Amino acid sequence: MSTEVLEPTATTKKSEPLFSKRRRKFVLDPLNDDNPITVQVLGICSALAVTVKMEPTLIMAVSVVFVIVFSNLIISLLRNLIPGRVRIIVQLGVIATFVTLVSEVLKAYNYEMYKVLGAFVGLIITNCIVMGRLEAFAMGNKPWDSVLDGLGSGFGYAWVILTVAFFRELLGSGSVFNHQIYDASIMPTNSLFIDSIGAFMVLGILIWIQRTKTGYVEH
Amino acid sequence: MQRSNTYILVFTAIMTIIIGGVLSLASQLLGPAQKKSIELDTKSQILSAVMDIDKKKDDVLGIYDKRIHSFVVDAQGNVVETDEKGNKIIPENVNVLKYSKKPCSERLLPVFMLMNEQDANKVDAYIFPMYGNGLWNKIYGYIALEADMNTIKGVSFGHVQETPGLGARIATKEIQDRFKGKKIFEGDELVSVVMLKGEKKDPSLFGPHEVDGMSGATLTGKGLNAMIKDYLECYKPFLLKTKNQQAAL
Repeated sequence: MSTEVLEPTATTKKSEPLFSKRRRKFVLDPLNDDNPITVQVLGICSALAVTVKMEPTLIMAVSVVFVIVFSNLIISLLRNLIPGRVRIIVQLGVIATFVTLVSEVLKAYNYEMYKVLGAFVGLIITNCIVMGRLEAFAMGNKPWDSVLDGLGSGFGYAWVILTVAFFRELLGSGSVFNHQIYDASIMPTNSLFIDSIGAFMVLGILIWIQRTKTGYVEH
Repeated sequence: MQRSNTYILVFTAIMTIIIGGVLSLASQLLGPAQKKSIELDTKSQILSAVMDIDKKKDDVLGIYDKRIHSFVVDAQGNVVETDEKGNKIIPENVNVLKYSKKPCSERLLPVFMLMNEQDANKVDAYIFPMYGNGLWNKIYGYIALEADMNTIKGVSFGHVQETPGLGARIATKEIQDRFKGKKIFEGDELVSVVMLKGEKKDPSLFGPHEVDGMSGATLTGKGLNAMIKDYLECYKPFLLKTKNQQAAL
């Protein structure tokens, strides 16, 4: 099984605090140094598709965090029971269950967003970030660690798509969270940002800034 | 680690049962709320063809109950009350999308009448639902005609997947307002309304059957024209019948 080798887990004592330094790393790393979108370049499809406006992006981000945290938890709890040969399909099953739940809840209580996000909520199933964390982390780590790891990756994804959406909505529609900031008489809106091209531009600039700061280079 | 085939089979069977159970439970519990939000959505779309309505603030279901009177007609313009199996038809539940693939003669065609606020016997507008093909996927909408069965009172369009900023503009008020006041008949001849190619943004340049186009979305516009024409043809017998009845009065 291709499980990430972390610091030797054998040395971890039983009484390790809930937020020890090692555990904080699970949450903090994916926010910046090991960000799923900007560094690992995963989940780009949905980062382009749902970021035209802030509101659907926020719902999408919350959904992904929910799905990733709970799938990580369930898979981690079952990690010693899941037969290696069918592990991928089991992971898929668990992710698909949570995704369907999110989609059904949206349909019942926020039909507008259900219509806007439509297929993209369903497509969280194929979001490589979720599957990647299950396979690379939850299959080989304890439940609490996996929850933290899920939170880290989830928020790492969330802040990036929210940032992209902020600039796309501001420049493309002249608003933030549907509140009009300026109208065409002050500055014309740029429909390039409504198109996915805008997402690529914002994302590219974001990656550029981030890599200048962290000094990360592709090998 | 290697497990026996029996273990794998039992494990997957149990997983399947648990996951299936969780999902069916969720579907059962959320069913009523989903039905309600779909109903609210349908009714506010119907109303939005004739008035500005805010789903969050306005009492959509209340207004709907009070002002809308609905029924279903066939391609000859006769009112139909039961379907082929003899069940009573509820106009709001007619699957317009499903019928849109069939010829007019096999369609059930819902009509939503907006009654006057003061005089409950007077019809302010007739609203007709429709479905068609945009550039990438389905488009749909409602067209409201004034009581003269000729002048467009308002429209409301939606789409599944048109290009944001281009074809997706059919869902905006800006585009929909361009249809207001246009005519669909020339005498008894149905001419429909046509969205033109190109965008001039000057309403005075267009005739009573023409609508300013959407720049960069000519194909969505063509789909829109085809959809409107298709449905108005289907409704034509009903339109003419009602029109003549009014003329006789």
